[in-house]
This record gives sequence, structure tokens and C-alpha cells, in this order.
Amino acid sequence: MAEVETASTQYTAANNAEPIVKYLDVHKSFGDVEVLKGINLEIKPAEKVAVIGPSGSGKTTIIRMLMTLEKPTSGKIIVDGNYLWHMEKDGKLVPANEKHLREVRGDIGMVFQHFNLFPHMTILENCMTAPIHVKKEDKQTAKQRSIEMLEKVGLGDKIDNYPSQLSGGQKQRVAMARALVMRPKVMLFDEVTSALDPELVGEVLEVIRDIAKEGEMAMVLVTHEMDFALDIADRVLFLDKGVIAEQGPPSEVIENPKNERLQNFLHRFRS
Amino acid sequence: MISTLIDTIIDVFPILMKGMKITIVVLVLSSIFAYLFAFIAGLCRMSQNVLLRKFTGFYVEVFRGTSLIVQLFWLYYAIPMLFGFDLGSDMLAGVLAIALNYGAYMSEIVRGSILSVAEGQTEAATALNMSRFQRMRLVILPQAIRMMLPEFGNYLILMLKSTSLVALIGMTDILYYGNILRGGNISQGPTIYLLVLVFYFILALPLIALTKKLEKMSKKGVAVQ
Amino acid sequence: MSNWDWEVFFDAFPMIIQGLGITVGLTIACYIFALIFGFFWTVADRIPIKPIHWVIRWIMEFIRSTPPLVQLFFIFYAWPVVPYVGVALDPFTSAVIGLGLHYSTYISEVYRSGIEGVAPGQWEASTALNLSTKQKWMKVILPQAIPPTIPMLGNYLIIMFKEVPLASTIGVVGILHLANDYGAQYWRYLEPLTIVAILFLVLSYPSAILINKLEKKMNQRFNKKDVLEETKGAAI
Repeated sequence: MAEVETASTQYTAANNAEPIVKYLDVHKSFGDVEVLKGINLEIKPAEKVAVIGPSGSGKTTIIRMLMTLEKPTSGKIIVDGNYLWHMEKDGKLVPANEKHLREVRGDIGMVFQHFNLFPHMTILENCMTAPIHVKKEDKQTAKQRSIEMLEKVGLGDKIDNYPSQLSGGQKQRVAMARALVMRPKVMLFDEVTSALDPELVGEVLEVIRDIAKEGEMAMVLVTHEMDFALDIADRVLFLDKGVIAEQGPPSEVIENPKNERLQNFLHRFRS
Repeated sequence: MISTLIDTIIDVFPILMKGMKITIVVLVLSSIFAYLFAFIAGLCRMSQNVLLRKFTGFYVEVFRGTSLIVQLFWLYYAIPMLFGFDLGSDMLAGVLAIALNYGAYMSEIVRGSILSVAEGQTEAATALNMSRFQRMRLVILPQAIRMMLPEFGNYLILMLKSTSLVALIGMTDILYYGNILRGGNISQGPTIYLLVLVFYFILALPLIALTKKLEKMSKKGVAVQ
Repeated sequence: MSNWDWEVFFDAFPMIIQGLGITVGLTIACYIFALIFGFFWTVADRIPIKPIHWVIRWIMEFIRSTPPLVQLFFIFYAWPVVPYVGVALDPFTSAVIGLGLHYSTYISEVYRSGIEGVAPGQWEASTALNLSTKQKWMKVILPQAIPPTIPMLGNYLIIMFKEVPLASTIGVVGILHLANDYGAQYWRYLEPLTIVAILFLVLSYPSAILINKLEKKMNQRFNKKDVLEETKGAAI
């Protein structure tokens, strides 16, 4: 516990809000390959963080661990004051069980590169299933909120369609509505435009920008869209070879990079 | 020649119809239990409990590795000797043999279909904070079942064909009456057995149509890995 | 388990195993018959004359969806009295024709899936290279169509092995027949039938594992994984 307190004290000194997410020396290996080599990271409520870096740098793994899709090899993750992968039992920290994971990860939502919509459900059912079954909302409320959310992402006229009838951009907007209906405190975006045709990228970024403006939710975006990151992020992390190699406001990190590998990385994007 | 043929058909038809009832009853009962066993065994083979997994694995391999006719005879002749009690009726032995045999085969379809639902579906369900049970019930199974349906249809046709084995343990199905008729009039054997085959084919036709329909249906609404 | 008698087991075992040669031999004979006749169906099915194609399809469907047991009875008991063409066949030959014919309709589907599995671009490319029909089939299509069907054909060998005991009903003296004889003679069915089950399991289970491995190897060789990756990308 001592470790946690130190970290949070440091944080409060810099900013008045208690961080919603903390990574404490998080490592992750796949087999013999260590993809993350000690990640320390704090995310404030409502903060928008963009994660950039070459492929294989471990950016996606960072957010997948927060969504409990990947288990850290070592280190701790704290969400809203609670350990995510650990729980306290007789004063000791033990690996979390499924029940504990469910309690803590309820604050997190995620949008995937390949949308992962449920193909056997209509757009509306895609959105209202989790509120009904997970949050135990009554059907009418869930339906109404889902419709509102779908209208917000510009798909109010498609609610009875099936995912296979939509374009990639529309699918991704549904995926965002589906995640938003759960009212997460932190929303993760995993390269959400990479699987889209270039002409469809704009409509998806537009929706993300709208969500970001509302402000109340923290967002972590793993992205290749530098201009977009520059535009909406409060902070940019450059991940390289499993460590955070540089971080700061986008104006510094993207406009004025110090790290040499970051300079090369950005150069490839600019040209 | 033609008139004797027609006479034979007119004589034989109502008698074979009597056997139709047993064939259909055996098919309906054994298919219901076969699907049930398939789901139970298919899910048990993916359980986290090692003992349960091993046990169902043993059941599946034994019933897939031996013949249905051997299993039928075993249940009918050997079980009473082994445990000192009868299964009670030939109906029970017949239905159980077909159900256990096809249940074992179809459990592999259940398992395979569940495993082939794209991993992204489980991840999305996790991201919506669904429990393991909810993921299975709301997301994975509805898609997996769509994949299973055409195979289930195919197996229904196989099960129909297999019901003819129950004639061997004395059940009065279509083939049983066919055999009796032939015994009484050997020269009409070809007509009688052809008619028996036609009876089975008529029963199979709706199942073939159903399977084709299920094939079309299953192409929609599934994310395959 | 009190009724299990090892003495009976060891008494029946040497007797029953004598039928193994017939059972395996019949399996192989049926299989070869099915492989050859399956080829006939596949060719007949490609005849581009509508009514013939239609008739062939229905005959195949009829054979495939009616019980092989009845087909066996038809050939063994009824065929000899068919006017003009009927001949009496011994049980073994009847079983080869009956089971072989039944499974030839399945085997033909395997051949068809192999041929249809060859990418359309391969046909176009061979046309573009101005290959003759014979060259097209021998050099391009068949070399690609055959390997993926090998595991499927192997599976049918195992399936047919397990169907062969049906022939005991028309008097082919394989292991099941001998077990039933033993049972009828001494009124002990438990041990002889268990022996038959064990023999089937011992022979078919390792074969199934072998086929499974073969299938995995074939998939690797033909890069099924690439196809999977592509469909994954298109996931909804």
C-alpha cells in the first residue's frame, strides 16, 4: 500500500485531482518477449491521453491490460483507488478473481480496431444488451438511452439494422455508442481508424472529437493520426521498445520532439 | 407384370405405414437426446474442471471410436448381463444407443463452433463487463448455434438412417415390417425393399430441405475467427 | 461388475479375433469400391445436359439419404429375384457393393469440394497459358485439388470401418458376427461384445489421431492461416 500512497502524493502535488488510473511498474511478456518493461503512468479524470509509437512498441498492450484482456506479468494497476488485477485478502494482496475484476473494470470502456460488433444483434440491441444484463437497467430506460446515444453518433435512423448492413465508419460509430451507454469513467480507443477506408476516417474522428469536448470522461487513444492527437490530446505518450520514451503536451512531443527515435518516427509520418 | 407390381404396392403400403410410427418416434426421441448430450458433452469438454473434461473426453472417444451397431447390441444384450438388470425396453436401448453415439459426434460440432466464434466477440463482451456466463449466453452461443445448425441438420438425416438398426433388436419399424413382408413373399422382395427405401427417402426429404435452409440462415449473423 | 467373467473373455477373444481379417478386408474392399464409384458420380455430375444432371443428382440423393442397412438387404435378399438382371451374390460381395455404393455418394462430394476448392484464377491462368483440357486437369487442377481431400478421404476410411459390421446382418463373418455367434451359443454377450468394441476402438482411435495430424499438416502447407487472417480482418 505504501507504494500507492507515495505515487498519489506525488500526483496531488502536481495536480489537484486524484488520478483515475495508475500503472505502477507494469511489465508484460508474451513468452520470452518482454513487450512492456516497466510502465509508470497516471491518468487524471477527464484527461485525454494519446499513445503513439512504432508497431510492436506495446501501445495496444497497455490499454488491453486496463480492459483486463491481457494480464500483466508483474506490477500493479489501480482504477479509481482499487487494484485491478489484485485484491486484498487477510491483509495480503492476492490475484483478483473474476468477481473482483468485474467490479473494478466497470469503470472502463473500450472501442476496438475491428469494431467487434455482435453480428447477431441489431444496432440497438448491440447498445442496450449490456446496460440491461450487466447494469440491470430496466429495458425501457436502456432502450431510450441507447437510442439517444445512437442519435448522438448520427445513426438514429439505423437502429434496427444489423451490423453487416453498415459501412466500416458506421460500425465504428455504433461501437462507440455501445461503449458510451455503459457510462465509463475511462474510455480506451485501440487504433479505431486503422481498419477503415481512408474516406471513412473523418466521420469517426469527428465523433471522438465530440465525445472529447464533453470532457467528463478520461480517454486513452492508441492512434496513428498525429494531427488528430495534436488536436484533442492533453498529453501525448511516445512508447518505444516497451518504455515510455517521451511524454508531454502534444505541442512539445509532436511539434518539438527531443527523443531521436521519436523524431524519426514522426518524420516517417510527415513525409 | 405391372398389375402385380401395383397389387404388391397396394398390399405392402399400409403395412409399412404401421412401421412409420416407430421410426418417427425413435427419430424424434433419439435426436432430442442426442442434441442434449451434444451440448452437455461439448460444454463439459471446455470446462476448467480437469476431471470433467477427461471424463467427457473418454465418453466422446469411446462412442466415436466404436460402431453404432456394436453399441446398440452392447446396450441391448450386454448391459442386462453386466448389471443384472434390463434397460426395460428395446425402445430405451435403441434411443439411448443412437443418442449416445450421435451426441458424441455432435459434441465436437458444439465445441468447434464455440471455439470458432471470433475472439474479438469475447473481448467486446468483456469490455462491456459481461460475466463469463453472460458472454456465453448473450454473445457466443447465439452465434455458435447458427454455425451448428446446418451440421445438426445433416446429422438428423444420418440419425434417420440409423433408426433402421432398431429393427435388429426387434422393434417394429419400417424395416421390420419390410423384412416380415419379404419373408412371406420372397419373389416380391425387390418391390418391398424399394418401397421401404422410398419410405425412408420421403422422411428424409423435409430434413434435406431443412438442412439447406439452415445452411443459408447460418451464413448470416456470425463473426468467424 | 460382478457378472464380468475373465474366463469367458479369454475364451472368446481368440475366436473373435479370427474375424478381424474379414472385417478389415471388407473395409478396404468397400473403400476401394467407393473411391472408384465416387469418381464415376463426380464425372456424371459434371455432364452439362440438364435432365441427365438432374437424374444423377436425385439418384445420388436417394442413395445417400436412405439407410445402408436396407440397401444391404435389397442387394443380398432382393437382387437375386429381380427379373432378367438379378443374380445371387455372396454376402461379402453384396456388402462391398451395398456399402461401397452408399459411401461412393459421400466420396464424390469430397472430390467435388476438392475441385471447387481450386481458386478460379487457376482455371483462368491455365486458359491464358493455352493449356489443353488434359494438361489443365493433369498439370494444374488435380495436383491442387487432390492433396486437401486426402484427410477427408482418410476420415471416410475410418467411418466405413465402423459401418462394416452392418454386413454381419447378411452373414459376413467379421468380428461382430463371431461375437454374436458366441453369444448365442453360450448365452454370454457381455464379454464378446465388449471385445468387439475394444477392437474397434483400438483400431479406429489411433487412425483418427493420425488423420487429424495429416489434416493439420495439409492446412499448414496450403496456407489456410492466411485465409483465416483475412477473414479476421473483415470481422464485424
